[in-house]
Amino acid sequence: MSGGPRQPDIGARLTFDLGKPGRTACSLPPCDVPEADLPPPSLLRRELNLPELSQVDLVRYFLALSRRNYSVDSGFYPLGSCTMKYNPKVHEKLACLPGFSGLHPLQPLATVQGALALMHDLQRWLADITGLDGVSLAPAAGAQGELTGMLMVKAYLADRGEAGRTRVLVPDSAHGTNPATAAMAGFQVVTVASDSQGNADTQALASALDDGVAALMLTLPNTLGLFDPNIGRIAEMVHRKGALLYGDGANLNALLGRARFGDMGFDVVHLNMHKTFGTPHGGGGPGSGPVVAKGHLTPYLPTPVVAKEGEGFVLATPERSIGRVGAFYGHFGVLVRAYAYLRTLGAEGLRQVSDNAVINANYVLARLRPAYHLPYDRRCMHEVVFSGSRQRAKGVRTLDIAKRLIDYGFHPPTVYFPLIVDEALMIEPTETESKEALDAFCDALLTIDREAEEEPQVVKEAPHTAPIGRLDEATAARRPVLRWRREVGDGS
Amino acid sequence: MTLPYIANTAADRQAMLAAIGVASVEELFADIPAEFCIGELSLPPALSEPELVRELSALAGRNRPADGMPCFLGGGAYRHFIPSVVGEVIGRSEFATAYTPYQAEISQGTLQTIFEFQSMVCELTAMDVANAGMYDGASALAEACLMAAAISGRRRIALLSTLHPHHQAVVRTYAFGRGLAVDVMPPDGLALSEEHACLAVPQPNFFGYFLPDVEAVERAVHAAGALFIVSADPISLGLFQPPGEYGADVVVGEGQSLGSPLNFGGPYLGLFACRQQYLRQMPGRIVGRTSDAQGRTGYVLTIQTREQHIRRERATSNICTSQQLVALAATVYLAAMGKQGLRQVAELCYHKAHYAAQRIAQLPGYALAFDDLFFKEFVVRCPRPPSEVNRALLERGIGGGLDVSQYVEDGLLLCVTEMNTRQEIDRLVEALAEIGGGA
Repeated sequence: MSGGPRQPDIGARLTFDLGKPGRTACSLPPCDVPEADLPPPSLLRRELNLPELSQVDLVRYFLALSRRNYSVDSGFYPLGSCTMKYNPKVHEKLACLPGFSGLHPLQPLATVQGALALMHDLQRWLADITGLDGVSLAPAAGAQGELTGMLMVKAYLADRGEAGRTRVLVPDSAHGTNPATAAMAGFQVVTVASDSQGNADTQALASALDDGVAALMLTLPNTLGLFDPNIGRIAEMVHRKGALLYGDGANLNALLGRARFGDMGFDVVHLNMHKTFGTPHGGGGPGSGPVVAKGHLTPYLPTPVVAKEGEGFVLATPERSIGRVGAFYGHFGVLVRAYAYLRTLGAEGLRQVSDNAVINANYVLARLRPAYHLPYDRRCMHEVVFSGSRQRAKGVRTLDIAKRLIDYGFHPPTVYFPLIVDEALMIEPTETESKEALDAFCDALLTIDREAEEEPQVVKEAPHTAPIGRLDEATAARRPVLRWRREVGDGS
Repeated sequence: MTLPYIANTAADRQAMLAAIGVASVEELFADIPAEFCIGELSLPPALSEPELVRELSALAGRNRPADGMPCFLGGGAYRHFIPSVVGEVIGRSEFATAYTPYQAEISQGTLQTIFEFQSMVCELTAMDVANAGMYDGASALAEACLMAAAISGRRRIALLSTLHPHHQAVVRTYAFGRGLAVDVMPPDGLALSEEHACLAVPQPNFFGYFLPDVEAVERAVHAAGALFIVSADPISLGLFQPPGEYGADVVVGEGQSLGSPLNFGGPYLGLFACRQQYLRQMPGRIVGRTSDAQGRTGYVLTIQTREQHIRRERATSNICTSQQLVALAATVYLAAMGKQGLRQVAELCYHKAHYAAQRIAQLPGYALAFDDLFFKEFVVRCPRPPSEVNRALLERGIGGGLDVSQYVEDGLLLCVTEMNTRQEIDRLVEALAEIGGGA
């Protein structure tokens, strides 16, 4: 069907160009008080370029855009390291209860006891899950949780007269946030190699550890999806040199009810509520990144923490607090959802979460291992990292494989990360996916492997079914167009 | 045990374990040393959905939301009208359950809305470029100060003393990391030197007031070779001159007012915009417009060499997310309000706040603390301690203001928005008269 009259695609233009002067999508009450004098025009805005849309066009526009998104509710989303599990719908309802969403952060504490009780419970449960002592729910996201944890390390060392510890060790398999965080906290970053098994290289670690080291930042299981069996020894090595062990809790989904950071020797850890505890990722936030710490670091937690006082709850500032990391108390709306998640699962349910996450990842490993190179050939935890090196030998890159998966209706895995795996394909199925979903996904990847052999061009030109083809990212970065501008004259 | 959020049946698990080649799930956890394996966690027993709804509703019921009564509390979190279309759009799971749009071909929805957001923030602030969003107004301010330090190579940050105290605290936390000094100075006692990377200024300030002579401040900042950072209330920008027109180099702001509920303090939204020349030092996600091989327009994450996943320890910030769903709410809000609506909201706030201020100022024992131009908040000196006034207001079913007596003697910070009707304001005035009369 082409050439005939048809309804134009409303999403093809921006809101600024869609509207017409005089249209509006909102209705506001008339002014019911005597109008005050406005300040002189020099202090006022002359013009405000915002869209002028009718409400129906506004709704159609954003609905049209929503249809151009892939989401967990659209289908399998095995984005490694991101834990794209299903987000329970009842949580959305609960977080929107007026008794939660209508609370002003500066209301008298007597009027917010239910909210504080919820936060207090959540603090206790996170301490129990991680085997650590003190919890702050304030950090806004995993990355801010990392920064918080590293600032606590810095303040703790300074108090002990050990400000000379200026270096932070980060394994080469780490998320980019770890080195970026260490730098933001004022530390120099020293990269530590991994060994041939995908664990931290304990010899390299031993030689990097000296009196100038403040901490080792470790992700467990690591970004290869592997549990480092030497963790006890590593913690001991770090502590013997007077340094602290920082834990990146991004991969906690593998360990729930199985092992705890505190028992293994971690001093401070951040968690990602949007990963482990099922809160929606929102297209890139809001997340929530609580920090949990051992007793010696607890006095350094950011303010406020929720404390019990008599029969009620108060907001308290830890004795040696590093201060505030946000205007208020963290992402309360996200915390309500995480609370609901923990209440629904309970202890046994949490263990089931990790069991199924690990079974699912190992099942994908087993099914794809014949066709895709597994650089660290051992059982994985909650995610598995393959290399596309065999396919690249046939002229098809991991990026092509990812784009071809889109044609088969799947969200691609994380690609080219971790950096230590050539042509990496990082697959995290999560526990909420069924065997059928995994089989369909593995079938697609096995088909792409055959296509790489038989008709590589089809893979290299993918996606063929998406609303748009591969975009010119080089030009986007070289000649950035980052905002709408009114077209002048003929639009040139 | 059957769980609604786990799809595998016991039979599935058996089949999968067989395919993996293990006899039990325990074998998959064999890498965890036995000494670290734990027994059961001590969480409360699991709840079914109806039980969960009952329990959480009971917890919510133990609160007394500001949103459920006439309320005059501001101080960095505001009650503004949220059109129904906002909830409708951000409730779409296509937006809510997606993640960072790395795969542009199947993320055009999110990417195009970010481009819209960046455009609207630029229009609102009169700046050249904006990022996709940050955690909140306070952290956006802190990131702006770090950016100024990185650009200038200077090691001191200057803050105006009238910035929100919590925002000042967040700047101090971030500055501690980078080892930067923070100097707080009053508007009438600016002491800027060539060591200062920036001066950060609130417009309006924590107490609701605008600087009497912002041009003079701008000149002083630039004379010192520092960056001029303005933290603005985005709703005020519907009516007042945008910071880009009075020389701001970076504009940040708390975006909660733009379509998000109070949520007991979060999630909120950091707005961040700056001049073109600082684009490559900016923190956060940025989306750009480009095209595919067939010339079709599309949007991608761009200028990524600033970011942690590429630049690692040399990144401009460690931030990964863009507070996307809250930024989407702001985008839909601004599109719904539009050119006329945002001005109307700002004018309603202005007129109602001035009506309230003028009436309260006439009450015996009460006085306005400052004469400067204000927007929707102002400080009243009370005849009794503000904490007592607030308590007495709450007894009358009115959410009072914020006790700022630690900064202004007997000061009560009141906020009036388009959500407050004349009837509510009159009730407040009458109640204050009663409460003050007993003094």
